[in-house]
Amino acid sequence: MESTQSVRPHSRGRWLILLGLLVSALTLSGIAASPAMADEGGTDSQAEEFEYFFSGNVKYNDEPLEGVSISVSGNGYEAETETDENGQWTIGVPEKDAYEVTLDEDTLPEGVIVEDGQSTVDAEFGLTSRKAVNFFLGEGQRVTTDYGAQVLIRVVNGLNFGLLLALAAIGLSLIFGTTGLSNFAHAEMITFGALMMLTFSTTLAFPVWLAILIAVVLAAGLGWTLDAGLWKPLRKRGVGLIPLMIVSIGLSLALRYTFQFFYGGSTRQLPGATLPREISLGPILLSWIDVASMATSVVVLLAVAYFLLRTRIGKATRAVSDNAPLAAASGIDVDRVIRIVWVLGGGLAGLAGILWAYFRPGVSWDMGFQILLLVFAAVTLGGLGTAFGALVGSLIVGLFIEVSTLWLPSDMKYVGALLVLILVLLFRPQGILGRRERIG
Amino acid sequence: MSDNATPTTPVKTTGLHVGDAGPGCKKVDPIIIADGVKRTFGGLTAVDVAHVEIPRGAITALIGPNGAGKTTFFNLLTGFDKPDEGKWEFDGRSLAHVPAYRVARMGLIRTFQLTKALGLLTVLDNMKLGAKGQSGENLFRSVFPFFWRKQEDDIEAKAKEILSRFKLDAKQEDYAASLSGGQRKLLEMARALMSDPTLVMLDEPMAGVNPALTQSLLDHILDLKSQGMTVLFVEHDMHMVRHIADWVIVMAEGKIVAEGDPHEVMRDPAVIDAYLGAHHDTDLGDDDDPETAEHIHALKELIDDEQ
Amino acid sequence: MIDWIQIFSNAAQELISPTTAAYALAALGLAIHFGYTGLLNFGQAGFMALGAYGFAISTLTFGFPVWASVLVGIGASIVFALILGIPTLRLRADYLAIVTIAAAEILRLIFTTNTFDDVTGSASGLQGYKGGLAALNPIPPGTYGFGPFTYNAYDWWIRILGWTVVILAALFTWSIMRSPWGRVIKGIREDEDAVRALGKNVYSYKMQSLILGGAFGTLGGMIFIMPRAVVPANYQTSLTFFIYAILLLGGAATILGPIVGSMIFWVLLSFFSGFMARAVEAGWFPFMTQVQAGQLRFILVGIAIMLLVVFRPQGIFGNKKELSFVR
Ligand SMILES: Nc1ncnc2c1ncn2[C@@H]1O[C@H](COP(=O)(O)OP(=O)(O)OP(=O)(O)O)[C@@H](O)[C@H]1O
Ligand SMILES: [Mg+2]
Repeated sequence: MESTQSVRPHSRGRWLILLGLLVSALTLSGIAASPAMADEGGTDSQAEEFEYFFSGNVKYNDEPLEGVSISVSGNGYEAETETDENGQWTIGVPEKDAYEVTLDEDTLPEGVIVEDGQSTVDAEFGLTSRKAVNFFLGEGQRVTTDYGAQVLIRVVNGLNFGLLLALAAIGLSLIFGTTGLSNFAHAEMITFGALMMLTFSTTLAFPVWLAILIAVVLAAGLGWTLDAGLWKPLRKRGVGLIPLMIVSIGLSLALRYTFQFFYGGSTRQLPGATLPREISLGPILLSWIDVASMATSVVVLLAVAYFLLRTRIGKATRAVSDNAPLAAASGIDVDRVIRIVWVLGGGLAGLAGILWAYFRPGVSWDMGFQILLLVFAAVTLGGLGTAFGALVGSLIVGLFIEVSTLWLPSDMKYVGALLVLILVLLFRPQGILGRRERIG
Repeated sequence: MSDNATPTTPVKTTGLHVGDAGPGCKKVDPIIIADGVKRTFGGLTAVDVAHVEIPRGAITALIGPNGAGKTTFFNLLTGFDKPDEGKWEFDGRSLAHVPAYRVARMGLIRTFQLTKALGLLTVLDNMKLGAKGQSGENLFRSVFPFFWRKQEDDIEAKAKEILSRFKLDAKQEDYAASLSGGQRKLLEMARALMSDPTLVMLDEPMAGVNPALTQSLLDHILDLKSQGMTVLFVEHDMHMVRHIADWVIVMAEGKIVAEGDPHEVMRDPAVIDAYLGAHHDTDLGDDDDPETAEHIHALKELIDDEQ
Repeated sequence: MIDWIQIFSNAAQELISPTTAAYALAALGLAIHFGYTGLLNFGQAGFMALGAYGFAISTLTFGFPVWASVLVGIGASIVFALILGIPTLRLRADYLAIVTIAAAEILRLIFTTNTFDDVTGSASGLQGYKGGLAALNPIPPGTYGFGPFTYNAYDWWIRILGWTVVILAALFTWSIMRSPWGRVIKGIREDEDAVRALGKNVYSYKMQSLILGGAFGTLGGMIFIMPRAVVPANYQTSLTFFIYAILLLGGAATILGPIVGSMIFWVLLSFFSGFMARAVEAGWFPFMTQVQAGQLRFILVGIAIMLLVVFRPQGIFGNKKELSFVR
């Protein structure tokens, strides 16, 4: 099976170029009525003949693209237009019916393509007489790839994503295992790592390796601070698990908007995030960042496994997860173990945040919250509270999300993963590696 | 101590079994029959009962060392847990795949080893919850008090009557969370009686109850029998077992190892084996592991008692 | 200078605004779930979205009358509750939390995606569904009221409608919670195994509770869209968290708590936002921009949630006696 598809070397660079709906609102109020628009490439002069319009806005990395050719065909009617200096276009059509709208990829700048080969979309009018048509632009070359190769590419991407999820998930799972807390603020520990990386690498211009080190250490420090300043006192007060979970929700909200307060709402890039993909393994093109990211994840995960299985404190951690009172009775300092778990969890989450910032790519104030549910899904899939289950769950979630984009539109790709979570709970409630609880 | 706790000698029911008393022996009138019930947790076999029958209208004690599988067996019988294999029936009706709440509605009510008083409900509400067949428990009828007002009053009267028997009537408006551990045990037992069960299964009813309350609890259990109910209880206190049980079943490592009259069964070498288990060859005299010491103490008491 | 009158009058308007009513209703539903039954539903935003979209789509796409659109919304929320409840109500409480939060996100993503743009309007949402309701308005056109509470006929109509639904829902909840049904529900919150051992079908009761509270959320979602358009971005997880904040403020296992909690929440939030916006404008906080001032309130809500849970878990209307026994 051979199909013309675009490889998305920077597939993560899902520049969801929202042509549209925002803009069509704008267009409705201003642009269509403005005579100034009519001068631009004749876009609107043609549109004015008709009652029904398709419209959109072509942007890449927030830059409007001018002169991109868009055509409409269907019902024996054909029309073509180009985007104006603001990247906007409008095409009028005679009937309220279904049409094919095509973006000519050859008119895009070098190295920019429409994602998933979706350069032609079917569009139909809904209730309004104006319909926004969106194209998702990504970085890449037009290449012909066969189906098998596409699967392979997604699998590699999925592994990369799954590994970085695992870093966050293991921390969350260890915290859950030792304290029983479902920590919603884990999302903010992820974001914190990426923000610190941004601060030290971009703003303060430290070398990348040093910035990563500092960011991870600071994220671990955040874990320490949260435990020392908040969770330990609450444990000492004997606050129940469900109230604790709600506290973590409040904390998550407060931290997230504090980040937005200081860093603003925009997305910024880390150094090297736009490196070209120049390593080719068969049909797979990877950038150095991808390779480094996967290697880092694997090394760190192996180190965590070594820590849990071989070191005294790691064994103590597992003992506390298993049965805290028993562990305490056999002389383990439970509070110390929990403190270490928070520090470890914070550091791992921070590292996951940095890798996630490269994978998306971009650093933003709510980036952790965007994947929080996926991290929870991974932990739940693996079985709440089992560290190795979290790893397995993460890989499944990562792979599933990337591979499912073969069938699902990319703005729906998380839907699949969350559905899988619900289905797994239906058939294996204790998770893949989990245990059932005792009653009575 | 054992003397002042037994002012009256309860009437024992005898002639419960057919043939020789032994593990899995037939009963004249069994209320529960379990066959090949097995439950494993990972590699650990918690329960592996080949055959057991519980006699009707009598008080049966289920004893055995910690971790023998008594609570797990309770959970299996009452639908709170599912065995890997096996059949078991109650009153001639199979209980396989019957959910816990239906088991309870059939008249088999249990209590829990770790008491489950409903803390933020009043004692009286705890009691009322125990009553069966309440029409006001249907969402649509609950909106209209005239559907359930009368029944509610009857239930309340019955709850108060049982509470006063259990000497909890002074507490009826308090949250159950404010009761002491022993009072919660009482409440849980009283609540179980609200539904007029045919079989009451008590998991360690005496654990954590002070000696002063023990006697009244014992009397309550004997009282159940006199009202025609069957009682199956788990207990570690051998005095109590010997005092009120008509029949004793001994479990060890998931299996039924001995059965019989409370006085006979203690002589069974299998029971001594069960309690001493791995510690068999250690010197009985100076074992400082508290658990073993406790077992030895219990056994010595039993043996003394038999002489 | 700061226009205090304007700030106070804006805040006072929130007291009876349809938004306040919508949140109160959704919080009441959550009180049934969380406060009375102990179900950790983190997907109330999803139920609200179903109310909004169920109503709007029925009206716009299928041309249903108002009553049928309302029924479609409720029907959708019942199906949603069943889908959520069947796999999770037998499991530990935290599984329901994770599944409901995930399911609400799935709904939002489905409403946002371009794939179903014809029906859902994707990211820009839907509008133009209010005609049927406006046609039912018995109030003759004109402007009525006094002081800050001066509205036109439609605005009064949706306020009256919204608060009537809230009051009916509160009375209904009050009557079922003092019945034997409510006793079972509260018993389940305390210990579901104990209730099961007494012969109650715990699973069925939890499902009833999930459906009922969800339906309240759905009605809240319908009231919510009466003064505005349906926009998918409104149904994010933080909506659920805001409703939790309201519930905790008022008292989780109370009837009045969610309602008064919603009023206090919105009045304070409006007051705070109004004050901050004007204070920044007046140059009182030179280090802060207008945008940053707008974000402060989210930070504040987060902190309020934490403080309430730790220091006053029973809320304003909760029973003080309970406090000494909170788990
Ligand atoms: N949910 C579970 N998961 C794993 N193991 C379990 C579980 N429930 C029980 N077990 C194990 O099964 C065995 C039997 O436990 P059970 O609670 O039935 O013992 P018991 O006879 O009631 O002991 P006790 O007298 O101390 O109450 C124990 O080894 C216990 O650890
Ligand atoms: Mg036990």
